[in-house]
Amino acid sequence: MPDTVSININGVAHDVEAGQRLIVAAESVGEVIPRFCHHDKLEPVGKCRMCLVEVEGPRGKVLMPSCTLLVSDGMVVDTESAVVKKAQEGVLEFLLINHPLDCPICDKGGECPLQDQTMQWGPGESRFVEAKRNFEKPIPVSDVVLLDRERCVLCDRCVRAADDIAGDPLLTFIDRGNHVQIQTFPNEPFSSYFSGNTVQLCPVGALTSVDYRFKARPWDLGHTRSVSFVDTVHSSVDAQTSRGKLVRVYGIENDRVNEGWLSDKDRFIFSAVHSPDRVTAPLVRGDDGFEEASWSDAMALVASRLGGYLGGEVGAIGGANNTNEEAYTLAKFMRSVVGSSNLDAQLGDGLNPHLAATVTPRATIDDLDRAATIFVWGPDLKETLPVLYLRVRKAVRNGATLVVASPAGTGLDAIAAHVVRYRAGSGSDVLRKFASGDKGYEGAREALDAGPVVGLVGRSSLAEDPMMAEAAAGVVRSLPDSKLLTLLTRANIYGALDMGLAPNLLPGRVSTADDEHAEMLEDAWGHLPRGTGRSTTQMLEDLASGAMRAMVLVGADPVRDCPDPGLAQRALEAAEFVVAFDAFVTDSSIHADVILPAAVWGEVSGTATNLEGRVQEVNASVRPAGQARSLNAALDDIAHLMGVDLRAAKVADVTREIAAVAPAYAGITPDHLTFESDGDGVIVPLEGEQPLKFIPVEVSVPVVTSRLTLHFPDALYDDGVWNRNAPTIAGLARQAEARLHPRDASMLPVHEGDIVSIEERFVMPVTLDDTVPVGSIVVPRNVVGTKGLTASTSVKVEAVEGGA
Amino acid sequence: MTDRILTVRMEAHPSDSHTIDRYVKTGGYKALRKALKKMKPEAVAAEVNASNIRGRGGAGFPMGVKWGFLGAAEPRYLVVNCDESEPGTFNDRQLVERDPHQLLEGIAISSYALGISRAFIYVRGEYARGARRLQRAIDEAKEAGYLGEDILSSGFSLDVTIHLGGGAYICGEETALLNSLEGRRGEPRLKPPFPAIAGLYAKPTIVNNVESISNVPWITLNGGLAYADIGPDRSAGTKMLSISGHINKPGNHEIVMGMTWRELIYDIGGGIRDGNELKAWIPGGASSPWFVPDKHLDTRVELDEVGANGSMIGAGAVVVMDETTNVVAAAHSIVRFFAHESCGQCTPCREGTSWMEDILARIMDGRGRPEDIDLLMDVSDNISPGLSWPPAMTTICPLGPSATAPVASIVRYFRDEIEAMMPNKEAANA
Repeated sequence: MPDTVSININGVAHDVEAGQRLIVAAESVGEVIPRFCHHDKLEPVGKCRMCLVEVEGPRGKVLMPSCTLLVSDGMVVDTESAVVKKAQEGVLEFLLINHPLDCPICDKGGECPLQDQTMQWGPGESRFVEAKRNFEKPIPVSDVVLLDRERCVLCDRCVRAADDIAGDPLLTFIDRGNHVQIQTFPNEPFSSYFSGNTVQLCPVGALTSVDYRFKARPWDLGHTRSVSFVDTVHSSVDAQTSRGKLVRVYGIENDRVNEGWLSDKDRFIFSAVHSPDRVTAPLVRGDDGFEEASWSDAMALVASRLGGYLGGEVGAIGGANNTNEEAYTLAKFMRSVVGSSNLDAQLGDGLNPHLAATVTPRATIDDLDRAATIFVWGPDLKETLPVLYLRVRKAVRNGATLVVASPAGTGLDAIAAHVVRYRAGSGSDVLRKFASGDKGYEGAREALDAGPVVGLVGRSSLAEDPMMAEAAAGVVRSLPDSKLLTLLTRANIYGALDMGLAPNLLPGRVSTADDEHAEMLEDAWGHLPRGTGRSTTQMLEDLASGAMRAMVLVGADPVRDCPDPGLAQRALEAAEFVVAFDAFVTDSSIHADVILPAAVWGEVSGTATNLEGRVQEVNASVRPAGQARSLNAALDDIAHLMGVDLRAAKVADVTREIAAVAPAYAGITPDHLTFESDGDGVIVPLEGEQPLKFIPVEVSVPVVTSRLTLHFPDALYDDGVWNRNAPTIAGLARQAEARLHPRDASMLPVHEGDIVSIEERFVMPVTLDDTVPVGSIVVPRNVVGTKGLTASTSVKVEAVEGGA
Repeated sequence: MTDRILTVRMEAHPSDSHTIDRYVKTGGYKALRKALKKMKPEAVAAEVNASNIRGRGGAGFPMGVKWGFLGAAEPRYLVVNCDESEPGTFNDRQLVERDPHQLLEGIAISSYALGISRAFIYVRGEYARGARRLQRAIDEAKEAGYLGEDILSSGFSLDVTIHLGGGAYICGEETALLNSLEGRRGEPRLKPPFPAIAGLYAKPTIVNNVESISNVPWITLNGGLAYADIGPDRSAGTKMLSISGHINKPGNHEIVMGMTWRELIYDIGGGIRDGNELKAWIPGGASSPWFVPDKHLDTRVELDEVGANGSMIGAGAVVVMDETTNVVAAAHSIVRFFAHESCGQCTPCREGTSWMEDILARIMDGRGRPEDIDLLMDVSDNISPGLSWPPAMTTICPLGPSATAPVASIVRYFRDEIEAMMPNKEAANA
């Protein structure tokens, strides 16, 4: 129970939480004070002066801004006096005298705090007869954000969000007096991964996003609460639609998850849902390539072909971009209808499923707020889990000590107290020194001894041995008062693993080795093959060798995403039968015999589970494109054709079945999520013990020594099919570049901007970077120009031109 | 009784009062020697407290009390405010150009008293000559062992750095000055925290005006009580007044407070030019409400009495206007200055000052409307509610309310003159 103080507002006494700003405390007891610059998630600046109230002081009542004033015991406040009212009307009149009042053509019109507060607190008419201030109408401040300086009320929200929250100090005030304006710095656009937040924060129509301008009016928008599927944070979003199309995605303040913030990828990727390149009808391979077919013909073909193999000859890859219900149905279909345990939602790019799904003790995102020390051993959070990156930044702002270990510079290095840099491939060696506090690592080690510690562990890049993350988790777990979050990044991968889309997991975080539970599940499902199945890499090898014969691809693109694209290509070419549930024809689904059009995020409802194990509702906001269908509905029909009733036609039935048979999900019924959680989702299991507790221990990973070791990290804007199909951000995709330490570059020899080849096949320009350890090369994964590069730990690098 | 402290040397030795040789020959750095050799830091601070000297930058806050607020965190800083930008003030300029060592000695003694080893002088950008002389004086003083490491073998060290401003009036406001000194935009900070607790680089900082600090050597040498004995009780010491405008003897005059405005203007200032009638004067710089002969000529030049009469002595800029003055043009000139110098961060100042400038310009152009007078007063009221003294504010700092002073003054005393500038409707209709 927090301390309270007693304050008097307009003659009424209230007990409010101590340490709060008056404007917040007043709102908590129903006294709303108007504001523009104040925002709960930003530091107060007291600039707009809209929130002035009278406060009793030693020299009588004094006007004070309630956004900067902390409540104190006995404070007497008047928010309605004549003086306050006059000040409020005065400030609103001042704000409006130079405002263009172009509300009829302003995107903010109808949801504009300036309009709303003028209606409630403002003067009826203006007394201003002079010429208004003029600026050039909107100027682009980045590729996705435009600025109309005439509408700006200079509240400083965007500047604070960019500086303090995102750590991208790219917006500033220039000039002074009546000429003050927001601007970018010369030749430095507002190219922040978080720029869209400023559009949402802007209390007027000064900042707009290129994709939404003039698209809709707020009162015509449909609103659907859902979660973002861009990464595993599952930021809460308001998916907004107009005339049956998604037009805008806003962040929702779910303080346990995203606190309202989104990355620009979360915010702008939705346009891919309406891409003209979507697969909108079933495609069946004919003599001249794909031909459109009816669902019934296509499904009949799939049912008869899959029914013609022994269970173990078939495998399924994917399911991470689906809801829990779709993933569960896939797991049930593969195991109980096809009779195969060969299923994997990861593409050889992830972690041991037991570690990811059941690591103990597991942290929550908001544990970061309470951590004394945060230890990151894994991918660059800014590139892979941007909203988690913001949460770590917040924790550091509030005093947490950050320790970052990575084979190359990361977005967090600038605020880290300790940066441990290791050559890609030699992490094991460094981790051991680090754990024992060897010379050079004492400071970082000391920080880890000051709990509570939250360890964020994952795979720094595709080229890194996944056992490294487990080793790092083991080190974290050996610390007193420590918790862990694993860092898988793909959409609903944690939900998929929890639903049993892993060769060694059954639904509900149960090991395939748990016979007792397997028996129970067999009773529920009718049939269940025992034992552990094949992983993605093993399946691809077996397909290529002929040991397996058929493949079900579910929204997965192994030719792009698995560590050995060549193997994936050979495997899919060798397979006798491939059915792909996909929204696009990808480099992988192009090898399919049948492509079934998949409904995607925005079109399907159900639940999803994020990296901390939080289950939230996912809600459809538009109809599926063309004939696209949800995975559970399609599999239910196919199973019927194969003589089995999956009971998966309705999402709610599947949710209830999961609650009944998946131990960690006991009690997670549709009713529970709708009525008994506060809308922000719930961490599973609700009560009782985790069915499987994975206790990471320190393991040793062989140190790789070769001339140049590859660090192959993910980039936020990559050349993935979704990014390519979202016009707002497609142009932001990174180009291939090879980052080398200057010393290695001089050995080749190459200079900045020269071209090198990697493995004699991939050519790209060189960027010199002294944060890259000597002996390493850093190449972003799956960007324009790295498609097909195998993520091996050592690569051959040669100068192509220049140099010498 | 001493009647001048700060300007004795420069008047006696106009050609070289700024050099260290002249300074030392005329008793300079004796006070520093006394403080370092014979006094504990607390004893020096106690003398300053006993002197009752009130800050000369404008607000008139007792200097000893301000020193007492200095936080304990290390490091602590002394920042000397030489961003003298108020229209009509030029006394700090004379002090740094003509007697820079007096200021440096004051800085050294004050730093010793406050346990500070790093001081900054923030000099108005246009004061190139003053800055040059200050820098030369710093170099001389270092050379002679009055600044730098282990001053006069006392173990006390002090580094003094000059920083030139970029030409913004607002940087004379102490927290905007600190922002500017840190390399940020010159915008006033929210208070609290006050600079004495979290000032420069978020460390405890004393910000004092040039004139205030220049008095410290005399106080150290002669004792706080001797200083307190000069002039009226609550306006102790001497004050440099910069007298300008339609006056026969414009310039800086160091006076003992307590005389009447009539004595100041007609005796010290030599009366009005060409024998004209006095129309009004600004007692303490552009931001202070005006005085008029009828009401104020026989009131006293004393901090509290001027305050009680609804204005201030401020930084000591007296601007005299004779009967030929167009008061609307005068007010417009001042309001335009404040509109131009508003930092623009808070709404009432940013928007209100420009609006008032526009209205005054329109009246001067003969396009005024009868309702404009009430509008001017109401806009002023929305920046400084009640238009009382000391001013209430809807703003972050007093710059916005300052712009209302000339407006309220001309409406209060010269309403008929404003109305006379309005177009004659009957004539227009005829």
